[in-house]
Amino acid sequence: MDAITVQELRKRYGEVQALDGVTFAVRDGEVFGLLGPNGAGKSTTVRVLTTLTKPDSGHALVAGHDVVRHPNRARNAIGYVPQDSGIDRHATGRENLMLQGRIYGMRGANLRSRVSELLELVGLADAADRVVGGYSGGMKRRLDIALGLVHRPKVLFLDEPTTGLDPEARVAMWVEVDRLARQESLTILLTTHYLEEADQLANRLAIVSRGRIVVEGTPDELKRGLQGELVTVELGETDGRILDAMRMVEQFPGARETTVDGRHVRTRVPNGAQAIPTLLASLDSAGIAVAAVTTARPSLDDVYLHYTGRDFAADDSEAVAA
Amino acid sequence: MRVIRDTGWMVMRQARNLMREPIWIALLLIQPMIWLLLYGQLFSRVPSLRGGASTYVEFLLPGIVVMNAFFGGTWAGMSMIADLDRNVVSRFLATPVSRLSIVLSQVIRAGLTASIQALVILLVGLVLGVRVHAGVGGWIVVLVMGALVAMVFAGVSNAIALLVRNEATMIAAANFVGLPLVFLSATLIQKSVMPDWMSNLSRFNPVNWGVEATRDVVVVGGQWGDVGLYTLLLLALTAVTSGFATWTFRMYQRSL
Repeated sequence: MDAITVQELRKRYGEVQALDGVTFAVRDGEVFGLLGPNGAGKSTTVRVLTTLTKPDSGHALVAGHDVVRHPNRARNAIGYVPQDSGIDRHATGRENLMLQGRIYGMRGANLRSRVSELLELVGLADAADRVVGGYSGGMKRRLDIALGLVHRPKVLFLDEPTTGLDPEARVAMWVEVDRLARQESLTILLTTHYLEEADQLANRLAIVSRGRIVVEGTPDELKRGLQGELVTVELGETDGRILDAMRMVEQFPGARETTVDGRHVRTRVPNGAQAIPTLLASLDSAGIAVAAVTTARPSLDDVYLHYTGRDFAADDSEAVAA
Repeated sequence: MRVIRDTGWMVMRQARNLMREPIWIALLLIQPMIWLLLYGQLFSRVPSLRGGASTYVEFLLPGIVVMNAFFGGTWAGMSMIADLDRNVVSRFLATPVSRLSIVLSQVIRAGLTASIQALVILLVGLVLGVRVHAGVGGWIVVLVMGALVAMVFAGVSNAIALLVRNEATMIAAANFVGLPLVFLSATLIQKSVMPDWMSNLSRFNPVNWGVEATRDVVVVGGQWGDVGLYTLLLLALTAVTSGFATWTFRMYQRSL
């Protein structure tokens, strides 16, 4: 069964077509990642699925409920962790959770024990009765997630769960999300603009670019789909021979997408380990000095570049500047 | 009813958060006292200002109650902006919580705060020798008037907050409507010494409705018909401004 079904969602804000026919499905129990640069349409998709905004057209079912026609049914089935923390800073962690539970109609001993259980689960039991204003960034984020879980939702939405966290807290959060997905038997949809995060957390992911899903699959499938490993040859003193080097690499059997960047020649070959000795020998016989050779399996970065024709980091910073 | 239940929880949340701010509580209690003592001294030598009251403080006390309520209401939208900025509102919107309760709780909280301030002012007045001529009923009217005036303007303030969504603009807007409405009323001086055009305009000023009703019970007593009329007017206006705030909340939701 699918926990989330999204069909042809479109949404326009003034001049900007934020969603331009987004379609995907998330299976029950999986961690699904929406990966893309800032402004690609990830957060808008999440806002539609969490009933915060209505799409101009298209359909979305979450836990079997149509988010436009039966928003309250959908709301009862989902937990939402907004991009920037949505915590009440003047309240304690426990008070935040108690109010959240009450909104969902939970009461008395049932609510109190659920709140204590969650505080334990996200490692905030000791800080539970302190005002949130004094929490660290990581603690606030863990409380945010606990807030999304109070009513035992079937589907949890994590919008950029680690943006703004330091690297250490980010890794801790990954462990946390992974554990929660299993312990609470949740379906999780997370958005991120960190390739590494999608790679680490998501069972399957979709790459979003300019309001559309450009490709969907498991991280491994996507990388395998690219076929070939990246080989980077760094030349020593080039003496203007960089173009000679490039031509030699280009003519190597099976080499594709050969490019030059400064003293680096990059290419894709079916098998890097087999290619390197031959490649080095031919460069050497031509008298071209090689400083270093590296080979890498395709990363999600390469996947992104391949499917959108643009570099992920550049797209991301461009979106921030816009 | 979901609206009532959710509004209750939301009001409790806001009240609890305010209780955590000792400086806020101190200001809440001290500010009305300062106004009462300061203005009381300032105008005490001008007998023509005080109407039929035996002292200027007695004349002034109802004005201070309403002025406090009015300013409290005017600023109520600030906490809506804080909740919008901090994503608290978006978090609530993804839950089945009553949408109406998010706006109504702000309005009711402003009303409750104003009532508490009114009580403080009445107690300080008691120490300064001010008697409420309408008795216990009069005390209740003063508290209700404080709440109503605050709620009328909390509705407006929340509507502005939801339209501009920006603290600086909000402050400018609050100041823009604030002082004129206080001076276009019998808050500080009695009506008969106001220029005619001002006195005529003041009849349409909800701040003045509050002042008239409160002054009736404090200085005169027994004019229940007028008091009833002003109460109804303010209740109706509260419904209108809260309705307006709710409408702006829908606009905000549509902009998400």
